[in-house]
Amino acid sequence: MKKIKCFLGVDIGSISTKAVVIDKNRKIYASSYIWTEANPIQAVKRLLGNIEEQLKGKNIEIIASGTTGSARELIGTILNATIIKNEITAHAIGTLHYHSDVRTILEIGGQDSKIIILDDGVVVDYAMNTLCAAGTGAFLQAQARRLSIPVEEFGEYAIRSQSPVKMAGRCTVFAESDLVHKAQMGYPREDIVAGLCNSIVHNYLNNVGKGKNISSPVVFQGGVSKNIGVAKSFEKILGLPIHIDDIGHLMGAVGIAILAGESDTEKPFSFDIKDINFTTTGIECGGCANNCELICVLREGKFMDAWGNRCPNGIVRAKQRMKELSTKSK
Amino acid sequence: MSKKDTIAFEDRIVGFPQLGNYGIAIAEIAKLFGKKVILPPPITKRTIELGTKHSPEGVCVPFKYNLGNYIELVEKGANCLIQAGAGCRYGYYGEVQKKILADLGYNVQFITLNRVFDILGVYKKIKSVNPRQNAWSFGKTMVLVISKLWAIDAIEDICRKNIGFEARIGHIEGLFRAFLAELTAASTLGAVMSVKRKYSRLIASVPITKPYRPLRVGVVGEVYILMEPFSNFYLEKTLGKMGVEIHRFVDVTSVIWDSLHWRSYIKRQVKKARPYLTYDLGAHGTSSVAISNHLMKQGFDGIIHIKPFGCLPEINAMPMLNRVSRDYHCPVVYFSFDSQTSENGVKTRLEAFYDMLVFKRKKKRKI
Repeated sequence: MKKIKCFLGVDIGSISTKAVVIDKNRKIYASSYIWTEANPIQAVKRLLGNIEEQLKGKNIEIIASGTTGSARELIGTILNATIIKNEITAHAIGTLHYHSDVRTILEIGGQDSKIIILDDGVVVDYAMNTLCAAGTGAFLQAQARRLSIPVEEFGEYAIRSQSPVKMAGRCTVFAESDLVHKAQMGYPREDIVAGLCNSIVHNYLNNVGKGKNISSPVVFQGGVSKNIGVAKSFEKILGLPIHIDDIGHLMGAVGIAILAGESDTEKPFSFDIKDINFTTTGIECGGCANNCELICVLREGKFMDAWGNRCPNGIVRAKQRMKELSTKSK
Repeated sequence: MSKKDTIAFEDRIVGFPQLGNYGIAIAEIAKLFGKKVILPPPITKRTIELGTKHSPEGVCVPFKYNLGNYIELVEKGANCLIQAGAGCRYGYYGEVQKKILADLGYNVQFITLNRVFDILGVYKKIKSVNPRQNAWSFGKTMVLVISKLWAIDAIEDICRKNIGFEARIGHIEGLFRAFLAELTAASTLGAVMSVKRKYSRLIASVPITKPYRPLRVGVVGEVYILMEPFSNFYLEKTLGKMGVEIHRFVDVTSVIWDSLHWRSYIKRQVKKARPYLTYDLGAHGTSSVAISNHLMKQGFDGIIHIKPFGCLPEINAMPMLNRVSRDYHCPVVYFSFDSQTSENGVKTRLEAFYDMLVFKRKKKRKI
């Protein structure tokens, strides 16, 4: 029997790592969503384990792979990916497949949030939060811990609230002191949680969405979209219906898988990667006073690639240094 | 000026902060301030670390770069530092930096050319620290300085527009480095002109594969961040190399030229920015809007607006830029730079910007 040709998309975010396997009709064969835990290589290995398990027995062959997210270059090198693309493009491509008429994509992830404006199936504008992580999943997570409510149940608390409290959403530190104050005043937890959800939305719209023309249909994605409270706040504040997909959290991975499938090159992919030992070493270049911090990736002790250099000498020096290190250790 | 502030002309070792590639030209004028001149060491991570450590936290990032430069210059032996100053907070840079350096215990003479916009003002300032300066040699130096600045700007402009399309990668950059080396050695107006002519010919003859209508992106924003590539993470080069023609209208030549007749310049810029502006925004905020408006009328594919975090004139310009962008359906992306912006974030946004422009082009072609 002929094998079904499939594409793997991996989205390595700061908080969570996602992967999907799709075929050329965009049918999803396997998907996985796990925490990155600040160790992208380990996370991807676990992720590939999950995917392999799900694909067992199915007659599938992966012919192309793509990576996106903040660790895309590192993981792209390790997986020998066909395509390495930024998450904004990946999200837009993924969403367009499910909602071809989408005009606004709101995305709130763990560390960053973005807005993508589309017109007639083409990205025409985008914005990403610049310097601060306020108004992202990390903020919600921190507050959830303080209230000792599991972040997964946050949304349910929020929709039970009748009158959400007002909360400063500008800065995580201010919001936190507001939260403590309101809690000590005796406000019910439901109202506080609903207030937090509102403050995230206000922060997002004031920072990322400032000056952008948000029009229907609006799709809300990213990990935070699983929080029904935030979604309801968006609906109320924007006055527009919000679409949330079941696979909203996987959209970046779907998008990059589609892009990998569309690229004409085929690169064989094997799950053996999860048994290969990849290590990263940080070194300081020392070539000039700038002292670029270089990150070298080694596959079974062999130099693969390096990043962080601001001039072409960086890679050459990194190679040399790695060679010296390996001969020394022998 | 207190006694401690003045150092005799013969003992002065003059230093000035780094600004892009202009160091070789500024060095010529610095020679009038003291016997010896040292070029600022190239900006590195250490520079910005030193600058941040000793600067007020909320100050805009060019201040930190400048201060870092000064400290490194003093370490190399400089005892006389020059700072200019203009429209915005930049006007206070000199005084505050002088104070900080004094507090750090550095015994240096600090010369500020704050709001000195005309040649005569510069001459007076030089005369005040070097009474033996004669007008003739001053004039000659000024001609040399301005011609060098102009040559750098002209060549950089050609590079910006072609770097993304060169057949052999690194060709233009190599030529540019050679150009800078030859320009450093040029000591007369004629020599500068011939170097400039030679290299504009050489760079123009580099084999390039430019499409009939390449993607064109305009870069606008705050002057220092625009001109010092280290501070914007080599944004122009990164985007250019993806295959984009980069246009920039603010450079040292334009800044000097415009400040000579600032009032009428601003008037013209406000006119150009109509209907989005009726008043001046301060510093280069007005020109950011005016240039964007102008570029969008010409059908540019996108605009990049860059500024140091907290730069008021440019923040003032942002709502207008949003309007311009909406009216012309042309994307504008904003970048704020500070001492700790991660390079990766800039790269991701630039990549996404490029993808967006390509998709838009494809769609246009289909219609």
